[in-house]
Formats: sequence, C-alpha cells, structure tokens
Amino acid sequence: MLAALDDGWADPGRLYTEARRAGQLLEAARAVVAEVVGARPDEVTFCANGTAAAHAAVLGGLAGRRRAGAVFVHSAVEHSAVLHAAERHVHSGGTAEPVPVDRLGQVSASAFADAVHRPGVALAALMSANHEVGTVQPVAAVAAACAGAGVPLYVDAAQSLGRAPVPAGWSLLTGSARKWGGPPGVGVLVVRTGTRWTAPHPADERERGRAPGAPALPAIVAAAASLRAVSAAADAEAARLSPLVDRIRERVVATVPDVEVVGHPVHRLPNLVTFSCLYVDGEALLHALDARGFAVSSGSSCTSSTLSPSHVLEAMGVLSHGNVRVSLHAGTGEAEVDRFLAELPGIVAGLRATAGVTGL
Amino acid sequence: MNEPSLTLDCRGMRCPLPVIHLARRIGEVAVGEVVRVLADDPAARVDIPAWCRMRAHEYLGAADGDAFDVRRARPDQGRA
Repeated sequence: MLAALDDGWADPGRLYTEARRAGQLLEAARAVVAEVVGARPDEVTFCANGTAAAHAAVLGGLAGRRRAGAVFVHSAVEHSAVLHAAERHVHSGGTAEPVPVDRLGQVSASAFADAVHRPGVALAALMSANHEVGTVQPVAAVAAACAGAGVPLYVDAAQSLGRAPVPAGWSLLTGSARKWGGPPGVGVLVVRTGTRWTAPHPADERERGRAPGAPALPAIVAAAASLRAVSAAADAEAARLSPLVDRIRERVVATVPDVEVVGHPVHRLPNLVTFSCLYVDGEALLHALDARGFAVSSGSSCTSSTLSPSHVLEAMGVLSHGNVRVSLHAGTGEAEVDRFLAELPGIVAGLRATAGVTGL
Repeated sequence: MNEPSLTLDCRGMRCPLPVIHLARRIGEVAVGEVVRVLADDPAARVDIPAWCRMRAHEYLGAADGDAFDVRRARPDQGRA
C-alpha cells in the first residue's frame, strides 16, 4: 500500500524505474483478482468503479455480438447499473427481455433457458446474488443453458466476490471493490478469452483498451489486498454471519406483527436480510433505527430519490413500503444483532401507534 | 359484478397511506363487493396487490393507470 502511494503517481505503461515498479504492483493486483474469480490475469481489467464495469460488460458484450442479434436477456432483478445499460441499448434500437423472478426473487433456470434460445439474442445477464434481498441465482444452470444456445453470459458478481465462489461458465463478469470491503473507485471487468467484446467507449490504450484512463493504482493495490483478505476469511465469516441472518429471519417474524421477510431463506447471501413492515413509513423506520445506532438501508420508495418502489421488490410482488435491509459485516457481532432484535418490535409498534394504524 | 361499491381517492398520498386507507375502509363494503383505490404513488401498484395477498382479499387488477380494484373476500380482517 505504501509502495503504491510512493510509486502510484507513475504511469504503469511507461519504462522509467518508478513506472516499472507501478506496473509490477498493478500486475500483482491483477493476479490476485484473477485467482479469486478463476480467470487468467490478462482477462482482468480494472475500471473506474463497479458501475462503469457493469456498463462496459453489458454495452461491450452487446456491441461485440451485434452481428448475432440485438436482444439482451436479463433477470428482472439485476442491479440498476445493468438495467440502465439495458435502457441505453433499447434507446439505440435494441431489445431488452427481462426474465421474471418468483416471490423469493429467483429466476427459473428453464424460463431463462427458453429466453436465450429465442433468435437474435446477443447477450444474457444474470447476477450471482441480489443486492437488495440476498437471493442467490441459479448461475450454473443458466450458464449451461447459455452455452447450449451459444449466447455469452454476463454475471454481475458484485455481491459475491470475496464472500462466495462464483460458478463457472460465464463469459463476462464484474465486481466492485467497495462491495468486498475495499476502497471506492475500483471496479473489475473480466472478459473471458474468446468472448466477443467491443469497447463501448472511444479508443484508449490503457488496460488493453477495455477501460479508458490511467488506472487508480493505490486504490487498486488496496482493493486487491482486501480481496485477498476477505476471500481467505470468507468461509469462516459466512459460518459466523449466516446463523445470525437466520436468527433475524426467525425473530422478526415472531416478534413483529404484519411483517414479511423477503428473499430466499436458503439460497441466499450469508450477510444480508430484508423485511417489510405493513403500514410503516420506510423513511420514518430508518430514522428511528438510526437514532438507536442501527445503520440500515431500505428499498422503500419513500426513501429513494426517484420515489419509485424498488424494482426488485416489485418484480417479486412483495410489499415495498416499510422496507428494511440489514447488512451484516465484519464488525457486526452477535450482541449487536440481539440488541437490534430486542429494540425493533418496540420501534415498529411506536411508529404504528403514532400513525394510528394499530389493529388494521 | 366488478363495479366498485366504494371508491377511495388517495391521489396525492404517498406510500403507505393508500394501503392504510384501504385497510381502514374495506369493512364498509359487503363480502364480495369491490373497493376501488385511486392512487398515483408508484408504490401503490406493488403494495395494493401485496396487501391483498397478506390479508387474503382478492386483487382484481388496475382498471386504469391509477385505479386499483380489490374484492373483499372475507368477513374478518384476515390477519394472520
């Protein structure tokens, strides 16, 4: 890290001493990411952030397969970065085909297979796990279906990298260092050798033409170090956090009336749990929890700048208001979870009493 | 038989208010009758069907862009 700060000013593409050291640090970081995702180092590109990586995967994957067709098949619950890239594709005359999910947030592998076997499909996208509800998608089965149809599969692995292995079979993969506990400002785009991919941005010689601009070397070195550390601890951390998520899932339903815990109870991320409280204003709930020292997120429209309900909750057909998303991380202990579970029923009851909605 | 017996104008209200109004007033129609909720908050299209599922009432669909029809399907409140 300090070496990266010392030499990070240098352009890793040049030949003077500091530049060569910078180049070595960059390649070492690339090798770490390659090992974790199961790729070759020359398949790994560092991008400005996870969103830029997702945009490049979708638009570059579609551009590279322009001759095969213009249909982009994706799950209905992809991250907004993927959906916004899909919108751009549609505005440019292409087609986007969302594959619906069930009440637990999972796509049907057979429905996805049907969609990619239709004519004119250029690219398919399926996230490894959902960022809002934690549901893990059937990536292996969908990858097999895509291979059978000759359609490249893009996997947004932002929620999984550093936590769980991603099944093989993808052609494009992206991640975000911020999501695995690294610094912001580092995204990862992995393009499998042989995958048709055309840069969606103007030509640039950096990162083999796959990401424009000089790579943020100090942040990249930190990102690789944190990825190595969290990957090494991933199994132990999952074994610690998953029972805490189970406890939240059980206790919230048992102690808070009219609550829906959403997302798959088994095929899920080890660290994330989401629930919705009927008749409760999501923003008020977040503020009440924040006042007690709990930093949580929400998919409720009242808490988003767009005032639209979460497209994930909408696709699942579950309640969108009064929504709380709890992410457990390395600093979250059992005592904190128990304090949350002890205080939540009273907080929800208080908000319902204030709003006059008890007994409805 | 899908003509609403009661129409609730919840336009301009933000979530979860349209669902709260529906829950408060559905008891005013007989079992089998329809309540129409007018709501322009985009969350209503998600939350009104979800509420129907949680309370075991029948969601009939959106008659218009922002008119949601619900058939009262049970005499009690349908709480789990």
